[in-house]
Amino acid sequence: MAYPGGQLSEEKVFKDPVHRYIHVRDKLIWDLIGTKEFQRLRRIKQLGTTYLTFHGAEHSRFNHSLGVYEIIRRIIDDVFVGREHWDHSERLLCLCAALLHDLGHGPFSHSFEKVFHLDHEDFTQAIILGDTEVNKVLRRMGDDFPKKVAEVIAKTYKNKLVVSLISSQIDADRMDYLLRDAYYTGVSYGNFDMERILRVMRPREDQVVIKRSGMHAVEDYIMSRYQMYWQVYFHPVTRSAEVILTKILHRAKKLHEDGYSFKTKPVHFYSLFQEKVNLEEYLRLDEAVILYYFQEWQNEADSILSDLCRRFVNRNLFKYVEFSPTNEQMKKLLELNALFKKAGIDPEYYLVVDSSSDLPYDFYRPGEEGERLPIYLLMPNGELRELSRESVIVDAISGKRRTDHKLYFPQDFIDDLSTKRATKKKIKEILEG
Amino acid sequence: MLIEHAKIMKALAMAGEIVGRKKLQKMIYIAKKMNFPFYEKFGFHFYGPYSEELTLRIEELCNLGFLHEMKEKKGGYFQYRYTLTEAGEEFLSHYDIDMPHLEECMQDMNEKNSRFLELVSTILYFENLSKEEVKEKIVSLKSKQRYTEEEIEQAYAYIEQLRSKAKKHIHM
Repeated sequence: MAYPGGQLSEEKVFKDPVHRYIHVRDKLIWDLIGTKEFQRLRRIKQLGTTYLTFHGAEHSRFNHSLGVYEIIRRIIDDVFVGREHWDHSERLLCLCAALLHDLGHGPFSHSFEKVFHLDHEDFTQAIILGDTEVNKVLRRMGDDFPKKVAEVIAKTYKNKLVVSLISSQIDADRMDYLLRDAYYTGVSYGNFDMERILRVMRPREDQVVIKRSGMHAVEDYIMSRYQMYWQVYFHPVTRSAEVILTKILHRAKKLHEDGYSFKTKPVHFYSLFQEKVNLEEYLRLDEAVILYYFQEWQNEADSILSDLCRRFVNRNLFKYVEFSPTNEQMKKLLELNALFKKAGIDPEYYLVVDSSSDLPYDFYRPGEEGERLPIYLLMPNGELRELSRESVIVDAISGKRRTDHKLYFPQDFIDDLSTKRATKKKIKEILEG
Repeated sequence: MLIEHAKIMKALAMAGEIVGRKKLQKMIYIAKKMNFPFYEKFGFHFYGPYSEELTLRIEELCNLGFLHEMKEKKGGYFQYRYTLTEAGEEFLSHYDIDMPHLEECMQDMNEKNSRFLELVSTILYFENLSKEEVKEKIVSLKSKQRYTEEEIEQAYAYIEQLRSKAKKHIHM
């Protein structure tokens, strides 16, 4: 299968702070980058609300998508080409899937998906298979090419080696986002020797394996993941911003359903509220649009919506305490609920338990009952050994407790309860418990 | 608050005991596809639809002492048994979750083995494809399971049977 135009007459390069250069030689890739659906990713931050905790984290899904493409390109062109098990006719399919794997992400995806019951992966499929510029470009490779790209991203493509390059325990997606997120947040613990890992990757029939000599580089990668999850992705302040964002969406939906008359009508939200969003409507959403509404809704007559929007825009976030929802704590939560109501603070919006399972989550655990394919090391005698059986470090962090719950609330509202001193005292006693 | 946790616990309480993580995953996925209000996100993994979110939620419930997880060695791998604890029942008493038809469905699914539920959930995952395309998917993605034509037909029939059990509206 050949793309009209084949290779570009001159290689294009993007300057990139993580990989130094991103190289594009294939006209197909160049044309995909130029589509409006791919350009839209410039307007969606990779880490959602994390910029409110780590101010450098303003990088976009566009940067990350190019980064994943570049890693796959290096694996294929520099390491896999000519090796047994690697079918080089799959090269362009892999590159397209790498570039487009996050295409369906929307603004602040995680909160939007939770409130409006969406799945960005469905939209990735819809953009690739629907009436879009991306689809038109892909179809120049053949009528079934978009379907193949969509299958690789959905992990339902028949060649599992190709799927594992894009999505496995040690794939190009994770390698790029760890390095990129570490770079932009400014933290030092996300770094690992990616060049070394790429050099020791080997294709096998069903998956990518790692030469035993590269085990220590993989250990470093696993530790980076572990650190980044607890220190950056699960950061309690970021979670506070997510909680407020989620509550804004809930409030706006509730007001709409109750027939509230918005000063700034939520035109872009109507189909979201009905949970019937078509592709065209979805593609009109980006962070600029959403933040415009939040800016305007600060002036709404509804005091809850305006307050939550002010908190988000001005970063006046909720405080938190550790909260393990045992039965004893649940009784305290019910008591707090009643006290909040008594104090005139609506607990539906201002008293929120946030659990680790509410977060986008993904760190290393070996595949118990085989549900997740573990990382295999290729031993000098040709045998495959699961990583945690060889690595003391990985074994030490496998299967450890990884759950966490926090209770979020507006400290300033509680401090301001000067006319309800007894209620304020009780609330503080429970929270400071 | 914690309503999604409570719904999972309710489903487990209805089923009684569920043996195997894979079985638990497939039962919740199938229930979701029967339009019961479960909102965990599922993607396609090696044994069919799988949700990391659900795995983590179960782990949280075990850590809180609401679910009992019993690990037992079985051949070359570990198997897990899940039941609701007394503390779990007390936690659930804080919620008024009414999903009557879910009980019939959970109990029915619990009588099936995980191999069959893996097939049922895989068919449901590809429900937008034609029957012939689904069969091709099963052959290419589930080659090691060697599902027979008869099993595939049984799975399709089972989906219809389950749908008729679940078809009444769900009130929350």
